[in-house]
Amino acid sequence: MTITSPADAVSFDVERPARFAFMRRGDFPLVPSLIFLVIAFVAVFANVLAPHNPEIGSLTARFKPPFWQTGGTAQYLLGTDQLGRDVLSRLIFGARVSLVVGFTAVIFAGVLGTALGIISGYLGGWVDQVIMRLTDTWLALPALTFAIFLAAIVGPSMWNIVIILGAVYWTRYARVIRGEVLSLKEREFVRLAIVAGCSKRTIMIRHILPNVVNSAIVLGTLMLGVVIIAEASLSFLGVGVPPPEPAWGLMLSDGKQGLMVGYWWLTVFPGCCIMLMVLSANLLGDWLRVKLDPQLRQL
Amino acid sequence: MKQYIGRRVAYSLLSLFLLSLTIFFFVRVTGDPAALLVEPGASEADIAAIHHQFGLDRPLWVQYGIFMSSLFHGDLGQSFYYRTPVMSLYLSRLPNSLILAVVAMGFSLLIGIPSGILAAVRVGRFWDSAGKTFALLGLSLPSFWVGLVMILFFSVYLRWLPSSGAGTPLHLIMPAFALGWYFAAAHMRLTRSSMLEVLGSEYVKLARIKGLPESLVIAKHAFKNALIPVLTLAGVNLVIMVNVAVVVETVFAWPGIGRLLYEGITFRDFPIVQGVVLMGGAMIVVVNLMVDILYAVIDPRIRLGT
Repeated sequence: MTITSPADAVSFDVERPARFAFMRRGDFPLVPSLIFLVIAFVAVFANVLAPHNPEIGSLTARFKPPFWQTGGTAQYLLGTDQLGRDVLSRLIFGARVSLVVGFTAVIFAGVLGTALGIISGYLGGWVDQVIMRLTDTWLALPALTFAIFLAAIVGPSMWNIVIILGAVYWTRYARVIRGEVLSLKEREFVRLAIVAGCSKRTIMIRHILPNVVNSAIVLGTLMLGVVIIAEASLSFLGVGVPPPEPAWGLMLSDGKQGLMVGYWWLTVFPGCCIMLMVLSANLLGDWLRVKLDPQLRQL
Repeated sequence: MKQYIGRRVAYSLLSLFLLSLTIFFFVRVTGDPAALLVEPGASEADIAAIHHQFGLDRPLWVQYGIFMSSLFHGDLGQSFYYRTPVMSLYLSRLPNSLILAVVAMGFSLLIGIPSGILAAVRVGRFWDSAGKTFALLGLSLPSFWVGLVMILFFSVYLRWLPSSGAGTPLHLIMPAFALGWYFAAAHMRLTRSSMLEVLGSEYVKLARIKGLPESLVIAKHAFKNALIPVLTLAGVNLVIMVNVAVVVETVFAWPGIGRLLYEGITFRDFPIVQGVVLMGGAMIVVVNLMVDILYAVIDPRIRLGT
């Protein structure tokens, strides 16, 4: 082989990995991904998949057990609740609420926290002091209690919950991202950009941001589970998604009343859904963490 | 040392100041605080009276001054529902929350420490993966659902335990377990990593070279030192438990601070909600300060490093 350009001299014969090779390496969390995909599919096609209207029930069909128990019918596969609404349909539409709230809140918190983390870490000085002291203070507030406080002020609605959860959880991103920016800004490419005369804004957006996106995504997947549980908790306490919206936390709260009489399906099914979703989000997040960001492995 | 402690105290005071500012700011920026401070269905005249009574018609910084001065006097306002000061309500519920937190902590350490040690000693093998699975489950199961399922089994089907309320030790078992469950996972993880660190250290190697049996190395040499960070975390978590028990206390109708917060929400009793949040944040800031100082006293590297 003749070397014609410096590029040839440094190119190694690296086999390009096949497109889905990462799945075959053995550590890909197949089951959690499948569960997650199924939940996402169900959430997207809820209108088509749900056998009944999730918000309208028939009072003649209250507290029907699942179909395999005596008294249950195939019409209501997983039974009905105190207003005769189909549990299965509510679970299906509940997936939509959980996913929408979970994802948007995580993204909202992520954008806010990443932006403030970059600004704080790169600019330093009093800006850093102000942002970090605020971060420390907000981290000291118990997240759920703080969210309840905010919800009590602004009143319950699905989009308010997204904003509240974003406002409560941005601090975790800001901390981690700031730490990364502190080491990034000492690196050669950032110094070169300064020498080249880039403005602070350009450096933060063009040079720093692309380098912290990975960490932000990893943190986001790990936060997804936390946020979904927080949403369910708020709904359960009555300051989250307002009824008659079919949120899983709200279903648990309704189910609590029927618990002592033995209407187990009103409690067990929504809880299983939350657990499956959070568990698969956590497993995927763990896997992504190891894949994307070796620095965060110790997190 | 003195300088270090002085700086930590100053930071904590700053945090407390920002905390009060945050609460104050949020209440006022999101609308008329009088609407939150009067009972639902109050008349225009009532709202005007509240405006005057709380000084809401005065400049913001004067309002903040009033807010802070009442805080310094331990005045968190008056509950609408109970018609008593929020502070005395809070203090009357605090012992219940503490009892619950202590028992929950007992459960979580009882589960977390042995499983963490087992995972560390058998690292990479069955008990390690079992421990990891358990930790993951702990983080993925909402504590209120664990509580509801326990009520279903132990109260409804088996009829062994009372489903809600307080009074006997039996009432404590389920809420404490539901609350401790989540923390057990965190304690297990920390025990495992701390134990692994200690097991790799020189003095443990020496103990092995001396020919001590492995069980003695683990029990006498490694365990004691690995326990320090775990117990520190447990101390902090105890305070956090008092403040995050709201869902568990609601499920089991346990008359603690969390339940008070829930009552605050359901009765639209805003002074209670504000008071519980303020006290929770303040408690955690103070505990963090105590841990920082304690560490500085124990470990000189920390205070020299800053």
